[in-house]
Amino acid sequence: MVRVEIKSKDSLLLRLDTRIGLIYVVLFSIIIAVSDKISVVAFGLLSSFFLFLFSRIRWFSLLHRLVFVNIFIAFLWLILPFSMPGELFFSIWKFNVTKEGFMYSLLITLKCNAIVITSITLLSSQGIFRLVHALSHLKISNKIIYLFFLLYRYVDVVWNEYLSIKRALQIRGFKFSTSLHSYKTYAYVLATLFVRSYNRAENVHKAMLCRGFNGKFWILNHFKLGYKDLIIGSGMFFNILFLTIVQWSKIIF
Amino acid sequence: MHIAEGVLSAPVLISSAAITVSGCIPGLRKLDYNNMPRVAVFSSAFFVASLIHVPLGPTSVHLLLNGLTGVILGWASFPALLVALFLQAVLFQFGGITTLGVNTLNMALPAVIVFYLFSPLLKKKSKVLVFIGGFSAGFVAIFLSSLLVALSLFFTGKVFLNAARFIFLTHIPVMFIEGVITGFIVVFLRKVKPALLEGIVK
Repeated sequence: MVRVEIKSKDSLLLRLDTRIGLIYVVLFSIIIAVSDKISVVAFGLLSSFFLFLFSRIRWFSLLHRLVFVNIFIAFLWLILPFSMPGELFFSIWKFNVTKEGFMYSLLITLKCNAIVITSITLLSSQGIFRLVHALSHLKISNKIIYLFFLLYRYVDVVWNEYLSIKRALQIRGFKFSTSLHSYKTYAYVLATLFVRSYNRAENVHKAMLCRGFNGKFWILNHFKLGYKDLIIGSGMFFNILFLTIVQWSKIIF
Repeated sequence: MHIAEGVLSAPVLISSAAITVSGCIPGLRKLDYNNMPRVAVFSSAFFVASLIHVPLGPTSVHLLLNGLTGVILGWASFPALLVALFLQAVLFQFGGITTLGVNTLNMALPAVIVFYLFSPLLKKKSKVLVFIGGFSAGFVAIFLSSLLVALSLFFTGKVFLNAARFIFLTHIPVMFIEGVITGFIVVFLRKVKPALLEGIVK
């Protein structure tokens, strides 16, 4: 399976109306991404961490995703602190770390983790169907939503096709190496994958047409905005408001 | 080649998101409910290709195949790659919501450019020309993508110059691998399923 599921216990936050979660994630991410104050970003990280605790998602689900995200950040840490001009902070062997460089790298790290923890908690935990449904309420082009839904449907199909072709290769004793033969075989595997998936998509589409598909998505379980959603939503609203005020007013933090 | 959240500056994020939205408009206009399943298959193949690693000496790299997506889908590459990147952001946290615009632009703009440059070559009779067309599409798409990634870092701040340079240089071997693999793929498709190369989105 391509999908990596988020494991969690049942919680109020996971049953939150996905539309509210989606709007919150978008606003929160934008504020944190454009912020240049470390106080705002640190508070953002703190709030996303509380949100995570409140959602009762398993630690493992969070941590192994954070590791992947922070690989890129670690790469920046190898370069940025040394290449930014400014006041000397400390030096490692012959390389000088500037205070500005260090603070800037720290800012980026906090920003990235704050946004990622929030989106894991509120988006990745929701499941694609609810997400697609929420998107369809938010005036996103219907074609984009349909395309996204079909993509999600086909990812598993294409992945399973890939696995079966790969197994066939292994049975025939093929081993990947850095050689033209390998790359050629690999290209043919991918091309076969395309052809098979394409044929399959055609068949599925014809079957859908036979059943009267006309581009409209029917949804079984509709969102109901309950008072619990409104309470959580207003808490989120105040958090956004607070971050915005601290970011764009002259309050010294 | 995804840029993580929180790295780029606001002007870079906003301007590239605006270009991505305007790139999606002609793409969406060409999409209708009849050709959408085919486009979705290419989106998912793009998604799956990024999960498959090919060996390169002691390490391995993963493919992007945006050149192939480009020559087959043309302008529809914008919406096709947008949804694939969104799914990656949701499922694996590769990239993210605020960087969706810039990541899509960095992948899809080169795809559209190679569509105009090389898709005529793929309709030629000669196998060699078809291979050259495919190789160039794969090579140039990665070349432009890594250049765009480097530029988006560079426009955020001069301090990223070294990081940008490093990213570009490490992608040079990827350009050759993508070129070779895309070349063989188009030769194969030409033989087995020429309809795919005629352009499935007209």
